[in-house]
Amino acid sequence: MATIVHRELQAVGARFWGPFLALGAVVAAGFVAFVYMETNGHVVTGMDNQVVWGLPHVFAVFLIVAASGALNVASVASVFGRIEYKPLAPLSALSALALLAGGLAILAADLGRPDRLVVAMTHFNLTSIFALNMFLYSGFFAIVGVYLWFMMERRMNRYTGAAGLAAFLWRIVLTTGTGSIFGFLVAREAYDSALLGPTFVVYSFAYGTGMFLIALDAAWRWDGRAPDLELLARLGRLLAVLAAGALYMTVVFHLTKLYMARSREVEAFLLVNGGIYPLVFWLGQVGAGGVLPLALLYSPAGRTRGGVLGAALLVVLGGLAQMYVTIVGAQAWPQAIFPGWQESSRFFDGEIHPYAPSAAETALALGGVALAAALLAVGIKVLRFLPDPCTASSSPPPTSPPARPR
Amino acid sequence: MLQLAATFALALAAGLSLASDRVPKPEIVIEKPGQCVEPADVMRRSHMNFLLHQRDLTVHEGIRTPKFSLAGCVECHASTKTGSVLGQGGFCQDCHSYAGVKLDCFECHAAKPQHLSARAKP
Amino acid sequence: MNDDSRRGFLGTVAATLAGIAISPGIRLIELAAARAPEEHASGRVRWGMLIDTAKCATGCTDCVTACNKENGLHDTGRPRTDAQWIRKIDLKDLRSGRQHSAPVMCQHCAEPPCVDVCPTGASFKRADGIVLVDKHTCIGCRYCVMACPYKARSFVHENLTDQLPAVPRGKGTVEACTLCVHKIDRGDGTTACADACKAAGHEAIVFGDLNDPQSEVSRRLREIPSRHLRGDLRLNTGVRYAGV
Repeated sequence: MATIVHRELQAVGARFWGPFLALGAVVAAGFVAFVYMETNGHVVTGMDNQVVWGLPHVFAVFLIVAASGALNVASVASVFGRIEYKPLAPLSALSALALLAGGLAILAADLGRPDRLVVAMTHFNLTSIFALNMFLYSGFFAIVGVYLWFMMERRMNRYTGAAGLAAFLWRIVLTTGTGSIFGFLVAREAYDSALLGPTFVVYSFAYGTGMFLIALDAAWRWDGRAPDLELLARLGRLLAVLAAGALYMTVVFHLTKLYMARSREVEAFLLVNGGIYPLVFWLGQVGAGGVLPLALLYSPAGRTRGGVLGAALLVVLGGLAQMYVTIVGAQAWPQAIFPGWQESSRFFDGEIHPYAPSAAETALALGGVALAAALLAVGIKVLRFLPDPCTASSSPPPTSPPARPR
Repeated sequence: MLQLAATFALALAAGLSLASDRVPKPEIVIEKPGQCVEPADVMRRSHMNFLLHQRDLTVHEGIRTPKFSLAGCVECHASTKTGSVLGQGGFCQDCHSYAGVKLDCFECHAAKPQHLSARAKP
Repeated sequence: MNDDSRRGFLGTVAATLAGIAISPGIRLIELAAARAPEEHASGRVRWGMLIDTAKCATGCTDCVTACNKENGLHDTGRPRTDAQWIRKIDLKDLRSGRQHSAPVMCQHCAEPPCVDVCPTGASFKRADGIVLVDKHTCIGCRYCVMACPYKARSFVHENLTDQLPAVPRGKGTVEACTLCVHKIDRGDGTTACADACKAAGHEAIVFGDLNDPQSEVSRRLREIPSRHLRGDLRLNTGVRYAGV
């Protein structure tokens, strides 16, 4: 069994501070946007009474879903016994925590009364899936934190399996909860489906693995060393299966909605004649999120670094597109209060609701992504997360100084 | 550790003693004659508790005891010059600025009494 | 059984029978008198409305104007973000071309989705059926706006000044029709929209206690057929519509 050494990020000086401060600048822009929005109210955003959840929520929910999925690689190692992924498990857990923190930061910053965050943490309506999700998110931080501890501290290694299983089960519940935030709503024709909970779980596998691949590749580049191509190819094949799974859930969901007469109009809007939404759906969610990465990964390019990274980026793009259609598209379609009748009013009943994100909410959304990246950067710089060398097979170790085995 | 704590406490005490002379105490003007709903020292210490307790009863139970109605406070305490409890010389504002406690109530609640409110019905 | 216990027994029975005989009268008197300020809202009452769209005039917006005035809502010139608690929806039957109009506001459901989804419990249903937002607890997440099938809720998008003392409202919280709870609680027995509709001579909006079989709204509900909007959702709304 190969002895794996984990160490900190080796980038120092300008090589570290350059990219890190760039991330910091984006986070700062997000913070400025938050203060601007809180002072002036949401009138400065593109969100209104018709589309109340916009770009910040698209990115936030994406990050939260990807966070749960980023734990995948660790789960595959600890729970499903694939030891070749074990060296990457701590990084996988760290990226899960960083992504979740970024997503939650966006949500908290976008609240109408962010000063009431304490109220949100002390008053719980337990029938609200949103409130239950808050428990699940805090629990996720705790459980993955413990899981990380067990992985990083040698004398606790024997409990890693149990912690890994707990984390895996917890994240399935958490992501089902995230999907149910939408699935439980009868008010929107594009939601109102029990399928959304499990669909988000399957989406999380794909998006999380994609984000993890991007983070891993970025860490290697930043560390200034060559990637493990064998490992990349493996992860690429895993990503392909997961992206295919996501595509499957999408097809089943939309076909079911199309079958039922009552939801045919909203499906036509999202898939055919809704302007931006069909564009984002077909090119983004299906094309970039499913068809293109699959084609790439099953071609000879799927064994190259560029191919795998490209596929990962496409899956992430597809995920953002999916969130846009799911969150914004569903609100663009008006609620039918008198089904069968044509409605019109001064409160925009019966008409498609336009939405265009403003600079403030775009900065907020990107600030959250940058925050996740910055937290990850701090983690790998300060603690020993990067495996070196990272062996996918059980070949004997190269000559290296004695180090703690994992 | 103990040294650190002692140094910190000393610094804090020094800071506080200096601070108490820097900010002038607010001049509280009671324009309407008569007694408040509770004695002044009780109100000074506990008005926030009365309000916090009362608001839950009012909103959730519909109990609108006139005694601790916020609109009642404003009706009586609004400045005759500005017509408000906020701003320079505002009854609530003056004390809260001095104490450095955020005044959240009037984000939503009217700071002017009914008859002075611009949108009040006649 | 001795004399004392028999007397006691007979006395209890007599008192019970007397109580049963006069209790309907007591109940009516209770309902007729306005609730004292110190009293809490009671589940014995369920406030609701009947909207007869046959009497609702297309083009008339008196109910909207009255609501805006009563609650301190004003037009900032930004209709997409301005709050609207009640609006007139113009309806057209696509096949026949027949046109209709109806005011729509918060339906004060008995099973409100907005209450189910609110993470802090700020959106709640009062004992007497009025669905309200506790602005002290609302964090402005807008999940209730996502959840409402009637597009009843509005989010306050900008700083507000000059609120009415009876209707506190502020930036960053969500709000909707309160069934004029401040008027109900002080015993007015009516809402601004119902009042305005009556004043305009249409009487399309009838407000009252759905639990009181003698109230005007209950009597009208017995006379004409009516339905809940989106009845398929089984929300058991407090507002009923006739003629549409």
